[in-house]
Amino acid sequence: MTNLTAGALSPKEAIDRVAATLRRRRSAEFRFRFWGQAAIGLALGFLVLLFGAIFSNGIPGLFQHYVVLDVELNKQRLDPQGDMSVNSLYAGDAEALIREGLLAALDNPTGRSNTRAARGIISSGSAQRLVDFVYANPDLMGQTVPVKFALDDDIDSFLRGFIDRNTPEADRRINDTVIQFVDKLMASERVSYEVSDYLFFGSASRDAEMAGIRGAFIGSILTLFICVLISFPLGVATAVYLEEIAPKNRFTEIIEININNLAAVPSVVFGIMGLAVFIVLFGMPRSIPLVGGIVLALMTLPTIIISSRAAIRSVPPSIRDAALGVGASKMQTIFHHVIPLAMPGMLTGTIIGMAQALGETAPLLMIGMVAFIVDVPGGVMDPGTVLPVQIFMWADFAERMFVQKTSAAIIVLLAFLIVMNASAIWLRKKLERRW
Amino acid sequence: MFARIATATAVAVAMSTGAVARDYVSIAGSSTVLPFSTIVAERLGRNPQFKTPVVESGGSSVGKKGVCDGIGTEYIDIGNASSRMKTGELAYCDKNGVKLTEIKVGFDGIVVASSKAGPDLNISLADLGKALTAKVPNASAFGFIDNPYKKWSDVNPALPDLEIRVYGPPTTSGTRASYVEIVNEKGYCGKDERAKQALNQTKQKAKVCRSMRTDGAFIEAGEQDNLIVQKLIEDPGAFGIFGFSYLDQNTDKLKGAPLDGVAPTFDAIADGSYKASRALYFYVKHQHLGVVPGVEQYMAEWTKHWNDDGALVDAGIIPMPKAERAEMAKRMTDLPVLVAADLK
Repeated sequence: MTNLTAGALSPKEAIDRVAATLRRRRSAEFRFRFWGQAAIGLALGFLVLLFGAIFSNGIPGLFQHYVVLDVELNKQRLDPQGDMSVNSLYAGDAEALIREGLLAALDNPTGRSNTRAARGIISSGSAQRLVDFVYANPDLMGQTVPVKFALDDDIDSFLRGFIDRNTPEADRRINDTVIQFVDKLMASERVSYEVSDYLFFGSASRDAEMAGIRGAFIGSILTLFICVLISFPLGVATAVYLEEIAPKNRFTEIIEININNLAAVPSVVFGIMGLAVFIVLFGMPRSIPLVGGIVLALMTLPTIIISSRAAIRSVPPSIRDAALGVGASKMQTIFHHVIPLAMPGMLTGTIIGMAQALGETAPLLMIGMVAFIVDVPGGVMDPGTVLPVQIFMWADFAERMFVQKTSAAIIVLLAFLIVMNASAIWLRKKLERRW
Repeated sequence: MFARIATATAVAVAMSTGAVARDYVSIAGSSTVLPFSTIVAERLGRNPQFKTPVVESGGSSVGKKGVCDGIGTEYIDIGNASSRMKTGELAYCDKNGVKLTEIKVGFDGIVVASSKAGPDLNISLADLGKALTAKVPNASAFGFIDNPYKKWSDVNPALPDLEIRVYGPPTTSGTRASYVEIVNEKGYCGKDERAKQALNQTKQKAKVCRSMRTDGAFIEAGEQDNLIVQKLIEDPGAFGIFGFSYLDQNTDKLKGAPLDGVAPTFDAIADGSYKASRALYFYVKHQHLGVVPGVEQYMAEWTKHWNDDGALVDAGIIPMPKAERAEMAKRMTDLPVLVAADLK
């Protein structure tokens, strides 16, 4: 703007002047590019670091050590009442049969310290595993068959090298007798290292070798189901009303500001409200996915409302005008034209809201879902927990094998999230319309 | 389809508003008791007649306050605690009409541990208290000043020439409550002559010594003890305060500092020669017995696993002597009501 009398410049002068600044402008552009690339590189670097840390711990966490023992499926001892009922099998002495199989595999050592050492080698959940095996294969009753059991988590740690056999015996969690027995089992090739079935089909457990994510996974699905059932219709209805029907006045403005504010409220606040309203006032039980889902729905509502309003606003007014022009009512215009066209945006917003809800633990703390829950929830009224809570609980247990289980559970949670986000992108691409 | 699910949910909500009877035991409290409490809960749950109790964390204060919040299935049945109930906490129970029975389940040692790669710390309780309490006597012992010690060797020349850096639990933790009572209050202010003189001069009780330093020498690391373990492995010059079970699980990487010359081992904690240990409790609400199924059986399940070679010992609990176990088992059936006089 310094030289408005542009006509005074000759072409050569103009070229010189441009040439003089060219270098500076080019280097400015170069710097801008460099910083942009550096920022992306840094972000990618952190991502690689994160994934590297999770996967290096988590991949071994997907596997565990098992031992195959020959167990005599004695009908009288396994099923004392003879009716194969749950109570009868619980009353049976599966544990003793497994112990006999284990001692036989170790060439029948005698003495109390030896049998005690042997008992510690296999998982304390082995009796349940044998009962499940018998339940699934009733025709094998009476025979002696090879059955696969999980090794105790201390033995698993030892086989992974977390417990060094050269440390003094007093400093080790497993003594020399146990190590000798494990060596014997290894030598007879009864021990295998394979994908952990407990991790995916087992529920929460304090024994690291038996801990799994099934309960938390189903809890997450139930909670998200309640959450989407409440927040999606409510959020879409609110957005449609505010955008299409409500008059623009001071009152709707206040509502809008409040919705935007709610989106920024720390999530734990919703948990405190859930405790006060649903549990104390309505007397609902603690720790159930129903209350968890409602609380998370309240938390995701603002996200859904805001994104749905944006989606409705992006529908061109000409479509509304055309619908009204051929005689459609206001309701028909909204339900036949505006909502279907805005649906991709609404669904994207909902899925992003759900993904956010999937990763939340703070609001669930107050309503008792941050808890150790073993039974897999059968419905929204049974106590349940969610995946991130399971990860949080495992991260705090002292047993070494839980460190790897934690990372394995994180991998599952990440996969769940990636599937949700990918489906959001897919839906948008599939339903998207351009004008 | 959607309409049907929505109706089903609405019915479920309508039913639940009539305060549904809970058919599983609800427990909350200390994160130190939680690992043991969950083992017992899981074993009970293997019995097909009972649902597995739900165990929440939160810290001892949550357990003791939560069990006293009120009567009704929306409140927890049992509160776990790694520090004993105080008379003030019991008064809150009385206010809400809650009657409790106190059951002791075992002991846990509090250890001061560090990386195996770091220097040894063989320290007396008094020196440990002196290094980490917020206020120490001034030069004339007539009053208190902010703790000035930067290095362990400033506290006692026999200790290593190393900056004081200790990770420990936050104030909501029972481990913290027991630690400050055993080390700061009884180990240091109750024993050290200069500290006693300064307390006399300022007419204060040894309780004031309980506060920990906030100038960076003591670092609160949250309720996650595994986090402290990780920090110690990365930083061989630092020390950490946590429960014995975490040291027991990490003996390949960590070592426990001997206190008053006694190393933190299972046997030393069990026979009482290692001084920094505390009892673990749970508090059961009388009004929920017979209302929530499984509370009695949950209590009885403890007696099956708290023996010298039971599952709880494998997880790191220090068992009570046999006579005390028998007494606690008797309490589970007699259910004496906890009164303020018991807590003196």
